[in-house]
Amino acid sequence: MKSEKQKKTKYGASALLLVPMYLTALVLVLGPLLYMVYLSLMSRGEVWGFINDVTLDNYVQLMEPLYLNTFFASLKLALLSTALIILLGYPFGYFMARLSSDWKRRMMLLIMLPFWTSSLIRLYGWIIVFRSNGTLDQLLMFLGVTDSPLRLLYTYPAVVVGMIYALLPFMILAVYSSAEKMDWRLVDAARDLGASRLKAFTSITLPLTMPGLLSGIILTFIPSMGLFFIADILGGNKIVLVGSMIQDLMTRGRNLPLEAAMAVVLMAMTSALLWLYRKISRTSKLEGLV
Amino acid sequence: MSEYILKLENITKSFDDLTVLKHISLEVEKGEFITFLGPSGCGKTTTLRIISGLLEPDSGSVILHGQDVTALPPEKRNVNTVFQSYALFPHMTVEANVGYGLKLKKVPKAEISKRVSEILELVQLAGFEKRMPDELSGGQQQRVAIARALANGPEVLLLDEPLGALDLQLRRQMQLELKRLQKKLGITFIYITHDQEEAINMSDRIVVMDKGIFQQVGTPDEVYNHPKNEFVARFVGNANIIPMEDGTSLAIRTENILLDVPGGIPAVVMEKSFAGGLMRIMLRTAEGTEVVATRHGIDYAAEVGQMLTFGWEPQNAVAVEKE
Amino acid sequence: MKKKRIKLSGIYLAVILFLTYVPILLTVVYSFNASKLTSVWEGFSLKWYQELLRDRDLREALINSLILAVSSCSAATVIGTMGALGMKKVPLKTNGLIESISTMPMMIPEIILGMVFLAAFSLVGLPFGMTTLIISHTVFCIPYIFMMVRARLEGMDQSIEDAARDLGAGPFRLFWDITLPMILPAVLSGMLLAFAMSFDDVIISLFVTGPRTNTLPVKIYTKLKTGVTPEINALATIMLAVIVSALLLSNFISTRKTRRKVRDI
Repeated sequence: MKSEKQKKTKYGASALLLVPMYLTALVLVLGPLLYMVYLSLMSRGEVWGFINDVTLDNYVQLMEPLYLNTFFASLKLALLSTALIILLGYPFGYFMARLSSDWKRRMMLLIMLPFWTSSLIRLYGWIIVFRSNGTLDQLLMFLGVTDSPLRLLYTYPAVVVGMIYALLPFMILAVYSSAEKMDWRLVDAARDLGASRLKAFTSITLPLTMPGLLSGIILTFIPSMGLFFIADILGGNKIVLVGSMIQDLMTRGRNLPLEAAMAVVLMAMTSALLWLYRKISRTSKLEGLV
Repeated sequence: MSEYILKLENITKSFDDLTVLKHISLEVEKGEFITFLGPSGCGKTTTLRIISGLLEPDSGSVILHGQDVTALPPEKRNVNTVFQSYALFPHMTVEANVGYGLKLKKVPKAEISKRVSEILELVQLAGFEKRMPDELSGGQQQRVAIARALANGPEVLLLDEPLGALDLQLRRQMQLELKRLQKKLGITFIYITHDQEEAINMSDRIVVMDKGIFQQVGTPDEVYNHPKNEFVARFVGNANIIPMEDGTSLAIRTENILLDVPGGIPAVVMEKSFAGGLMRIMLRTAEGTEVVATRHGIDYAAEVGQMLTFGWEPQNAVAVEKE
Repeated sequence: MKKKRIKLSGIYLAVILFLTYVPILLTVVYSFNASKLTSVWEGFSLKWYQELLRDRDLREALINSLILAVSSCSAATVIGTMGALGMKKVPLKTNGLIESISTMPMMIPEIILGMVFLAAFSLVGLPFGMTTLIISHTVFCIPYIFMMVRARLEGMDQSIEDAARDLGAGPFRLFWDITLPMILPAVLSGMLLAFAMSFDDVIISLFVTGPRTNTLPVKIYTKLKTGVTPEINALATIMLAVIVSALLLSNFISTRKTRRKVRDI
């Protein structure tokens, strides 16, 4: 038996490697998160800040229609965007996995290229498209579909397009990475055993690419709850989401405890989703992320 | 004292609750070719790692050239290893791989390059200096791994199933080459394999291992023809083990089982199969003992389900201990 | 039948890709437009580029963004790489927990992360500005590097390190000669990703930046909110050109490497 002391000296110098990581995790991640939970239980200060007085009032206040409606509007937008992203992104990732390796590399480059450019700048391109008398209007009028400019910018569909545009690559990469690992001979085997093309897809391809699909959902749904700047830029002031509300409260109202409560609720939702994902896919690794 | 180049004394090693080596001891002479033969998980790789210093035993000692090196890290032992997966440094050329050990010893550059070309010549890889490992075939990578381990001039070379990943033909060729190399260099080889043919072909002595114990140590002739116990008989000689009434067992190799002998033991033919030029006939006696007989050719007239008798010449039966 | 199906999927891929590139191409095209109105084409002009060069605010924001991205991705690279190496070498029971905590910033919506940092910095009374930006970006970049390096370490054949020790390498030489060169590609690509994340981040920066420190994305964001200036087109085009050439170059290098490998076998 080796003594504990001997083991410790053996790790000695290597253990120092862990120090920065442990410190940042505890001091800069866990600490602030716990502080946030603590803040959410405090009362609002008269003018600014908070009073050390434990209460659940902030959570109760979140149930008011103003907040509740905003929350559900955000949820609705996130769900709608995620659903559309699945519809568009799943076939893309799937088809991409079936390309020759040369084309796979080219496609990967083409997908990653916009991804590496500034998300704001990519969004800006859509303003040009959606503006009154912008590219889309001109195209529609040219084709004779409409005869006067539409008001496309600052509408709900414009925001949805922006969300899809920002998050689609995550879904594509996630689905692609699990479809790429799949043994396509299994589909041939299923077809050989008499499965129709659809049956082979639902019984073989879909279950085997499920990890990618699930992690794609996580990677699109979670950020979509917080991407307030898309709604801000493409939706104008008409569409208020949880994100913009938090930002608004932060800069104007300065009701720290209430904001903290909002953050805690969103964090709890995120953790619940991740927990669910872990439960279903039996892994904590997100496909296509690294 | 130092007629033995390497001595293992009463070594024990456990991982968590699992004891993988139980009080093993061995003395190896200079220039000997020793093979550790055993199934996977028998502790042979652990033994090798303890000799190289990559693992420390829980108790017992490793004595190299008369010096106790048990507590020394691998970089301070004059022993080198050829790894099963070759473990070539993928980011270094063949030359840099082979010269790495010498570079660490601060040998002058000119001498390193001279020594590297000599060794590459020895393993028939002259001219491959500038290649990267992933530009070589499996057999060539193997030779680089051997050259790299030899470059430091070790007193003992450890080889961990070095031929496992090669195809049969290349493996046979490499067996001969390794043996030739070992004779030429006169250094001690400690070789690990689970292939009894390889062990018998190459070794001066074979250490048959199972369950962390040296089951038998001896020359190929000793372990093949005079197995000490049931495990050795079965693993090295593919022998049948036939329990006797007095509680002992007899080991008889499959080719020495005679069929249709008058007055033999009655048995039913359970199965027939043909492999490697041999017909294997599996029999079962009324007591439930299963016996395999082999015959050349495919035309032995025995049908599955048929009753026949079997026996053996007394000189072909070896009494063995239970495990 | 089969050929036709492949064609259809090809059309699908092409259409989606085309739509992806439409806004980007429009941005580039209109950056050379003489008109201030994005809808009217009034001929080729470089005047927005000239204007951009004169814009001192934007230049300052760009410099800030570069300082921020370089320092936070370097710090994150050191911490994340050390962490991944340490966790492999020192298998403590708490490693899993620390790993989950450290990778949380990747999972939490950015807006919450921004708030959390804001609250924490106010608590300790750290003045908002470059320091707070660097700290929060570092924390948020660590998981990307950590995960990439760890994946590389997991995929590494353990016996390669054993071989180096067997040949006489002590702990320092082992790291310098063997481990570091082998994880370097993962470290570099993690670093590149971290740099891009930091350089592009708006949300967290909006929360933790000070009144006088603007980063480029924050600056662009305020500009976009208040109205369109074609200057942004020019800026976007320059950024695109830099990124495209960097990506094409790295792709070209890696392609040549594989080609060479194939030829030699």
